[in-house]
Parts: sequence; structure tokens; C-alpha cells
Amino acid sequence: MNAPEELLKITDLRVHFPVRGGIFRRAVGSCKAVDRVSLVLQKGQTLGLVGESGCGKSTLAKSVVKLVEPTSGSIKFKNQEIAGKKAQNNFRKNVQMVFQDPAESLNSRMTVGAILEEPLDIHHIVEKNVRSERVAELLEQVGLSGSAANRYPFEFSGGQRQRIGIARALALQPELLVLDEPVSALDVSVQSQVLNLLMDLQSKLGLTYLLIAHDLAVVKHVSDIIAVMYLGKIVEIGPAEEIYLKPAHAYTKALISAIPIPDPTKKRKRVIIPGDVPSPINPPSGCAFGHRVGSSLYPESVGKKLDMEEVSTGHFVLQCPCCT
Amino acid sequence: METDILLDIKGLSVSFETDEGRVQALDSVDFQVGLGQTLGLVGESGCGKSVTALSIMRLLPKPVGKITSGRIHFQGKDLLELSADGMRQVRGNEIGMIFQEPMNALNPVRTIGDQLSEVFLLHQEIGVKEAWLKSVEMLHDVGIPAPDSRAFEYPHQLSGGMRQRVVIAMALACRPKLVIADEPTTALDVTVQAQILELLQTLQKQLGSSVLLITHDLGVIAETCDEVCVMYAGRIVERASTVELFANPRHAYTRGLLSSIPRLDRIPKTELSTIDGMVPGLSDLNQGCRFAPRSGKVHPQALLDQRSPLQEVAEGHWVESCPLCSNL
Repeated sequence: MNAPEELLKITDLRVHFPVRGGIFRRAVGSCKAVDRVSLVLQKGQTLGLVGESGCGKSTLAKSVVKLVEPTSGSIKFKNQEIAGKKAQNNFRKNVQMVFQDPAESLNSRMTVGAILEEPLDIHHIVEKNVRSERVAELLEQVGLSGSAANRYPFEFSGGQRQRIGIARALALQPELLVLDEPVSALDVSVQSQVLNLLMDLQSKLGLTYLLIAHDLAVVKHVSDIIAVMYLGKIVEIGPAEEIYLKPAHAYTKALISAIPIPDPTKKRKRVIIPGDVPSPINPPSGCAFGHRVGSSLYPESVGKKLDMEEVSTGHFVLQCPCCT
Repeated sequence: METDILLDIKGLSVSFETDEGRVQALDSVDFQVGLGQTLGLVGESGCGKSVTALSIMRLLPKPVGKITSGRIHFQGKDLLELSADGMRQVRGNEIGMIFQEPMNALNPVRTIGDQLSEVFLLHQEIGVKEAWLKSVEMLHDVGIPAPDSRAFEYPHQLSGGMRQRVVIAMALACRPKLVIADEPTTALDVTVQAQILELLQTLQKQLGSSVLLITHDLGVIAETCDEVCVMYAGRIVERASTVELFANPRHAYTRGLLSSIPRLDRIPKTELSTIDGMVPGLSDLNQGCRFAPRSGKVHPQALLDQRSPLQEVAEGHWVESCPLCSNL
């Protein structure tokens, strides 16, 4: 990993939220939403982050755009530290986010034009008199007509609203887009339109994506690298094709087998994972996944510090006695 | 169909009174569910899947929603002619329903054992104690660990998957002949979805019930259903056995749906095929082919004004016979 430019580098990131209790609202424990996560994202690549709800994917995304302050660890964007209170804020226009629910992330009292102009205004990057031209250009970029600028978000369908959300993220010409479940609120036929748009924009503008989704089929289709998260930790990370063909961690295997395949002639054996994701407030002391499936090797992992190990080029797996 | 028919719906039309006037949510929908069969209803939001389910249960919001024509025969009797009392005997007893969002389907201020007992108390002549024991047994059957202590818990103390198990337990408590599952796994994670689908199938086999499964996920359909109805804008546009439908989709909409889902075995980063445009609003529907604006083919006025009837193209495979949108 040296020739291509490292755009984003996360090292040993932890985001812990205090759990308050008692009359004085003292911190009585902590919720380890993200625990010792490291990853590298190269320019022009798409990194897909998958995992079940509550595994910390969204918290990780929010800390990349600095909506959440990490507890420890470092996040470097173009070799500039962005985590911590002393960090400069000038990276913000280079890192933009697209949210899951377009209906809730667009201000319903602002016209689409005003929504798209706001970031331009805040960062003073486009002169006032040419802003409307820039807005029309942005709308065309995402496949909407320029006349949409005078209308309000409620006048659009879900797919169109998500396009507006994408246009807003593109307004500042960012290099990195953080996409938090961009298509999960959309219908199947519209979902593919938005995915095509995202892939198209990436090749045209040379964007880098950090894509968060729970749908492994979506992630696999658009990503170069896939990272699988479980209970605040990345359990496996590697090239998309390899993760899918040669999953090394038991959780990845189970996750892949749980996806329903739209082909009735393929009857395959489902690996049913019993139980639910344990609470990150009081995680099991050993391997969290071994604990869930009741692995007989689980006791061996208790008290051990589990580390990532490279199994083949660029393919890292969290080593633990019960899952790998 | 040679099997015994449990549910027979003919010409069901439903309309809603809205601010913009009367809109038609269902337009003469016909289908049958055989004994022990699993029938899938698939389509995008607003196509009328849930309205179909609510019409069968006669739970359409009053007074805005109204069944304007058609009949719903269940075990030989017309559900639309039953009295309110008679219908109450059917709901939960002969037809069970599983809702999409288990948190909204459960009462947050009553224990789950209490809520489950209610089903037994309403439909079976048994005492409170016996109903409680039966509830605990039911919780055990749906795979809830330590059911005797769990029965005392409230819905918020359970995880999403557990809650959905409770809702399933309620729907199946009286061993209904028909279970209507309205997006039972949409709110759940994939791994939990796999658990719940497996559970539904096992219980269905045990009880011999028929299932009407409503979903937008073609993957779920492929894994669980015997027969599928594809719905679009209030109509069934195609109906066939699952294997036949996935192998030979005849309607342009079905083909579009099937090819637009990203699959694990597809070449990554290639352009996904899409269906142009978006799902039409219910207020501006024409009487003829409703897929016309998205089909990419110019329809003559006659096809837009007059609905093409469903036509049987192969045994048990029916498709709306618009000559431009379907392969006849």
C-alpha cells in the first residue's frame, strides 16, 4: 500500500459513549460503539462497511465527518489529523455525507435551491451571482432538471430526494463522500438507479466513497474493499471479491449465507446464527461472536487481546481461536 | 388448481377517500391460496400489497377506505358478508396476522404473556391460568429462551427479533388456517431475518397452515413461496409458480424488478439495469396499461384506455396481456 494516495487513514479508533446512571448522572459504564478500528482508504476507491444494526457502522461514519468526537485514536485525512479538539476544521469541505433517510435530512421549509446554496454560502466558494448556475449544474449532475431548484423537498419522490441529498454533498466538490445507508429507504427499482448514479459520479469526478450498508449484495456490487463489523470491531477486511469468495471469519460466512438469494432453484444451506448481537455496553469478555454462537472454543478467547492478521495480500482477519 | 382452495379472492377493488378525491388502491385483484400453500405478494411501496392484507382482515381504515367490489371467500364463506362479531371470530382465530413493525403491533404497557393470553381467552373457553400456561408454551414454540420468566417482560425489554417472535406466537396461537405475514422481516437484520423465516417455515409445516407472505424482497420470495403474484399500481400483473416466475418472467415489470437487484454473483461495478421513472401515484392512474410510462414503449391510446385482461400463457402462469409490456 504505497503507490496510490492514502486519502483516509484510521488508526486504533475508539468511540466510547458514557452510560449515565444514579441521581448525579455519573458515568457508570461505557458503551464501546467503536473499539480499536483501523482502516485505510485510497483515493478513488470504495470501501463498503457492513454489519448488523448496533455494530457501530454509523458511529464510525459520523466520526469521519467529525459529528462524533472519538475517545482515542487517530483519523487522518490527507495526512492531516482531524480527530481531537485541536484539529483544524478545513477538511470539512472535502468530506461530505449523504444520509439514510432523504425525507428527514432535507429541511422541508427550504427550497431545493436554498438547500444546495447553503454549503456554498457557508464556505464562500462560489460568488453570489453565479450560485444559481452552480445549483442548476449540480441538479443536472444528479439527473434532475434545473427547474427543481424552486420546488420543496416534499414535491419529490424518495429516489429524487436522495438525488438532492447527493447533490448537496457534491456542492463543495469534496474528495470523500461518506454514504450512510444511501439506498436502504428506497424501492428496488429506484435503488438501482441511485446506485448507478453513484458509480457514474465516482468515475466522472474521481470520488472516494465510504459506503455503509447492511445489504451485502449492494455493498459487494459497488465496493473495492469490504470491511465487516461486529460489535464495534472490524472482524474482517479485504478485497470485495475475496471476502465474498473466501470469507475467513465465521461471522462473515454466516452473514453471507443469511442473504436470501433471488433464485428459487438454488436451495442452499443456511447457516442460522442463534441469538442477537450482544449489547456493546456489557460485551462478552472474549470473542463476541464465539459467545453468541456458543462455540466450544469460546473459553480460549477470554482475556486474550485479539489482533488482526493478514491472511493474504490486503485481507485481514481478526484472529481468535473460535472463529477463524 | 387441483389443491383445495382456502382463500379465494375475486375482483377485489378498494378505494380511499383523500383530499385529492377518490383514489383506487386496488383494481379487481384475483387470487387464490391453496391449503398448506405459501403465496407471495411482491411489489414496490404503494402497489397495494398491504391494502390487500387489510381488506382480507377487514381492517381498512374507516371511513376513508372502502371495498367497492369483489368478494373474499374463506373456507366457503364470504368474509365481506360477515357481521362485525362474526369477523372478530375469524381474526386471530382462523386467520392470523403478522405485522411489519413488531414494536407497533405490541402494547408497550402490558407484559407479553398477558397479551398472548388475551388471544386464548378471546377464542377458546379456558381460564386465565390455563391461558397463561398455553402462552408460555407458545413462547417456547417460537424459540424464546426461558419462556416462563420472559412472559412477565414488557415488549421494550426484548430485542427486535424476539419481539417479532412474540408477534408470530400471537398470530399462530389459535393454530389459524391462514397466516397473513405483512413484511415480517423488513425491520430486521439479515441474520435475524434468516432465523425468523426458518421459524415461520417450520411452524407452517407443523400446523399445516397456508401463508400469504407480503414482501418487497424477491430473495425472500424465492426462498419461501410456492407461488407468486407480482403487483403494480393496484393490480396483479403476473402470477406464476415461483420457479416459473424466476425462470420465465413474462411481464416487463417483473423482468425489470428481477434484473435491477444487485446480486452477489454479478460482476461488480457494472451498471445495474433499472426501470425508468418511478412508481406512479395512485391519483393519476389510467384505466389501461399502468406500466406504459415506464416501459419505454409508446402505447397506442386504446391500450391506455382499456385494461388488457390476465391471460394464461403457460399452465398456472398468468400475465396481464398488454401486447407491448408482456411476452405472450
